[in-house]
Amino acid sequence: MDNILQTIGIQNYVLLSTLLFCIGVFGVLYRRNAIIMFMSIEIMLNAVNLLFVAFSTYHQDAEGQVFVFFSMAVAAAEVAVGLAILVAIYRNLTSIDIDNLKNLKG
Amino acid sequence: MDTSLILLLLLAPFAGFLINVFFGKSIRKSASGWLGTLSVAISFLVTCVFFADIASGGAPVHKPLFDWIAFEDFQVCVGVTLDQLSLLWLMFVTGIGTLIHIYSISYMHDDENVHKFFAYLNLFVFFMIILVAGSNLLVMFIGWEGVGLCSYLLIGFWHKNQEYNDAAKKAFIMNRIGDLGFLIGMFIIAIMCNSLEYTEIQQVIAGSSNEYNWMGVAALCLFIGATGKSAQLPLYTWLPDAMAGPTPVSALIHAATMVTAGIFMVTRMHFLFDNAPDVQSAIAIVGAITALLAATIGLVQNDIKKVLAYSTVSQLGLMFLALGLGAYEIAVFHVITHAFFKACLFLGSGSVIHALHGEQDMRNMGGLKSVMKITYVTFLISSLAIAGIPPFSGFFSKDEILMTAFHNNIPLWIIASLASVMTAFYMFRLLYLTFFKEFRGTEEQKKHLHESPALITIPLIVLAVLAAVGGLISLPGNSWLSHYLAPVFGDKAHVAHHFGTTEYILMAVAVAGGLIGIAIAYVKYLKNSEVPPTDSQMSGFSKVLYNKYYIDEIYESVFVKPLHALSRFFRDTLERMLSALVYGFGGATHALGARGKSLQNGSIGYYLFAFVLGFSIIMFYLILA
Repeated sequence: MDNILQTIGIQNYVLLSTLLFCIGVFGVLYRRNAIIMFMSIEIMLNAVNLLFVAFSTYHQDAEGQVFVFFSMAVAAAEVAVGLAILVAIYRNLTSIDIDNLKNLKG
Repeated sequence: MDTSLILLLLLAPFAGFLINVFFGKSIRKSASGWLGTLSVAISFLVTCVFFADIASGGAPVHKPLFDWIAFEDFQVCVGVTLDQLSLLWLMFVTGIGTLIHIYSISYMHDDENVHKFFAYLNLFVFFMIILVAGSNLLVMFIGWEGVGLCSYLLIGFWHKNQEYNDAAKKAFIMNRIGDLGFLIGMFIIAIMCNSLEYTEIQQVIAGSSNEYNWMGVAALCLFIGATGKSAQLPLYTWLPDAMAGPTPVSALIHAATMVTAGIFMVTRMHFLFDNAPDVQSAIAIVGAITALLAATIGLVQNDIKKVLAYSTVSQLGLMFLALGLGAYEIAVFHVITHAFFKACLFLGSGSVIHALHGEQDMRNMGGLKSVMKITYVTFLISSLAIAGIPPFSGFFSKDEILMTAFHNNIPLWIIASLASVMTAFYMFRLLYLTFFKEFRGTEEQKKHLHESPALITIPLIVLAVLAAVGGLISLPGNSWLSHYLAPVFGDKAHVAHHFGTTEYILMAVAVAGGLIGIAIAYVKYLKNSEVPPTDSQMSGFSKVLYNKYYIDEIYESVFVKPLHALSRFFRDTLERMLSALVYGFGGATHALGARGKSLQNGSIGYYLFAFVLGFSIIMFYLILA
């Protein structure tokens, strides 16, 4: 079976990951809705996961793919915690706009 | 056996101190007095045992008790030396100490802090024993500081009176100035001799005869220490003020024992001073001038205790004169006779003050002869003794000093003789004003006049007897004291004066001088019934004298005021600059914080932006590098 990497080329994977990562970064920076920021963070995470898998295949080494499983498991746990925090914020402020979260002002 | 006796000698007064300090409040007042007396009496008895042994030809006792400081080759041990000199000193310190303790039981009986008084007195005796019996300079210094502390505590014993507190502080501070001299002298000796033991210092000095200029400096420093403790020029002004303390304290500490510590120290270190002739002349001159100066001030004082205080300074000056002339055993002789008659005089004045309920001004006394017979007689005997009238003790000792001065240096002899004439005058002025003519106090005081109780009169009688016969220990030509002290001063012990016509003429001159002084006082105060004028009526030179040559004022403007000005300069200028610097640091940090805190604006978006920006910068840097 032909290696799919040879068909598409590793550089396209890298570009895609970079693009996804930048979308995530800008999403985090520009959006004020906490849930959307959260989704952007997930996009960044998955961009990195994609890069992992791509290089794992490129190097013919399964270790990277195993690592992505761990990463996803941890991300799932992190999503659970993050969403719980968001719920708590909403209960306190009746809003999830991060501009309202200014209690830590010095 | 020796060790336990020595420990008993040292620790009996200390035990008395501890008991009186910690349990004094809970035992009865008279009990604390008797306890204090007993503890000193024990020391006296132990001293007697040692003294009897050494006086009959026994060897001196040197007892190291324990090692204290040990460097590689420099060691200081706490030890005791009981030789002829220290035992003689201990005899009269503990003996007179016991008498004065007995006296104090009655004198202080209605004071509320009587247990503290006896505690301090006991502590004083303890330190005095350490000072005298120590086997090296450092141990002596412990005692030296300790007696200074007790002196401070006892001068300020009636601490509710601010003047008394000031007097106590003055005594302490002036002594500190002298103590600095003592310390520096001790350091020099420690460096030069590599030891502080008397015997070893003596060996070092005897072993090398030249290149000992540093030792001369050390001698001078030690002498400065002695001027502080023994109230010599220029550090004498604390002693008259020290009369603020209770009278027994004045008798014991500020007349008989502590103030002679300087003389003891010089006598102890005689081998050092013998090698420094320049310092010796300085001592003689300082002593003579002090004797004259203090005697002139004593002429016009009206406070009974002040007169005695200046007389003490003057007599101490005579002793230093003798020391400066190298006549150590004569100085020691005068210390002993002076301890007898001056303690008696102070206790007698205490008896008078007691009878008059605290009155100390002689202008309000008079006529006490008929009421206070015992006090009067003892006072008369002691006054005769201090005036140098034969056959009382002061005659012999003072005459020896004058004779030595005559043989060495005529001007010093003239100064000392003048001081003696003045001594005779002011003592009899005191006597006449206090005991003769009519009583000049209030009617209320007159009704309560009484002779003091037996506990006060017995010590007076004992001391008066000693003041009368004390001269026997060193009769001219056949001196027991010289023989006794010969082992201490070695072969260069004082050679007894050859007794010829000169000596008899000198004696006659001295006695005549004393009689003249007495006669002037007699004519002025008894025949013409003069009473010294009130403070505002004084004029001319007597006003200068009454104000003590304004020496306190001079010290005030020369030393105290510039010091205060310096302190103010430091406080107002230097400290302000320093605090500006320190506060400046604080202010800068604060301002920085105030700026920095606006970074922390609480906006999560802003933080994230900063985080991403920072991260990007770091990544760029790492990649480009």
